[in-house]
Amino acid sequence: MRKPVDRTALEFLARSANEGFARATAACFAARLDPTLDELNDLKTAVSEAVTNAIVHAYPEQLGKVRMTMKLFEDDTVEISIKDWGIGIADLEKAREPLYTTGGEERAGMGFTIMESFTDRMKVRSAPGRGTTVTLSKRMRSRREIGR
Amino acid sequence: MPVQCIQQGRTLTARLSGEVDHHAAKEMMALLAEEIDAALPERLVLELSQVSFMDSSGIAVLLNLWRRMGQLEGSMTIRHTPAQPLRVLRAAGLDKLLHFEEEPQSGSPGAE
Repeated sequence: MRKPVDRTALEFLARSANEGFARATAACFAARLDPTLDELNDLKTAVSEAVTNAIVHAYPEQLGKVRMTMKLFEDDTVEISIKDWGIGIADLEKAREPLYTTGGEERAGMGFTIMESFTDRMKVRSAPGRGTTVTLSKRMRSRREIGR
Repeated sequence: MPVQCIQQGRTLTARLSGEVDHHAAKEMMALLAEEIDAALPERLVLELSQVSFMDSSGIAVLLNLWRRMGQLEGSMTIRHTPAQPLRVLRAAGLDKLLHFEEEPQSGSPGAE
C-alpha cells in the first residue's frame, strides 16, 4: 500500500441534500494540486455518481451513513473512497453494465460508466448486507505540467 | 427557480439553471412535466447555459423529456450546453441520440 501525503475524511447522512456538499468538498481537496477545470470537473462528476449511488441504493429501510475518505499521493494522484454500510450490491458485474439500474426512470443507469470514464481507476468492493466501497483515483496533471 | 419556461406558439423553451444532480432532478422533472402537459408543445427547447453542474441524473431528465416529446410526436432541441454537462451527455452517447443546436460552448480548448 502506498502512503498518502495527506488524508482527510468526511462522514455524512445519506441524504440527497449532501450530494453537492460531498462533491464540492472532494473538488476543494483536489484543488491544491492546481488541476485544470476539466480535471476538477471530472473528479467532481465521478464523486457525485458514487455518492448518489450510496444515497439512492444503500439504505432502502433506514437513514444510514456515508464516509468519504480523500487521499493525496506524491505523484499528484487523488484517491476518493465512498463507503456505506448498506445492503451491498448482489451482482456487481450487472450493476456496472451501462443503462442497468434498479432506480426506476429517475435514474439513467450510467453512474458506473461515468465514474470509470472520468477517472483513471475505479474499484468497487461490495458485500451483500455489509456495504459498498467505491474507490476513485485520478492523477491531476496540473496546469504547471501542461504549461511546460 | 431551477426551471423557467416561456411559451411562444407551439414552442416551449425551458431554461434550466443550477446543479442538475439527483437532489435537484426530481423537482426539475416534475416542473418540466407539468409545463409540457399544460403547453402540449410541438417543439421543446432546452436552454442549458445556466447549468453549473450535471451528473447522470441529468441524463435521466433529458431522456424522460425526450420520451415525453416523442409521445406528443414533437421534437426536442438542446441549446448552449456548457462544457461539463456536455462531457457527461457525451459519455452517455446522448450527443448521438438527441439534437444539439449550434456548436456547444467548449469550456476549455485543447482539453480532451
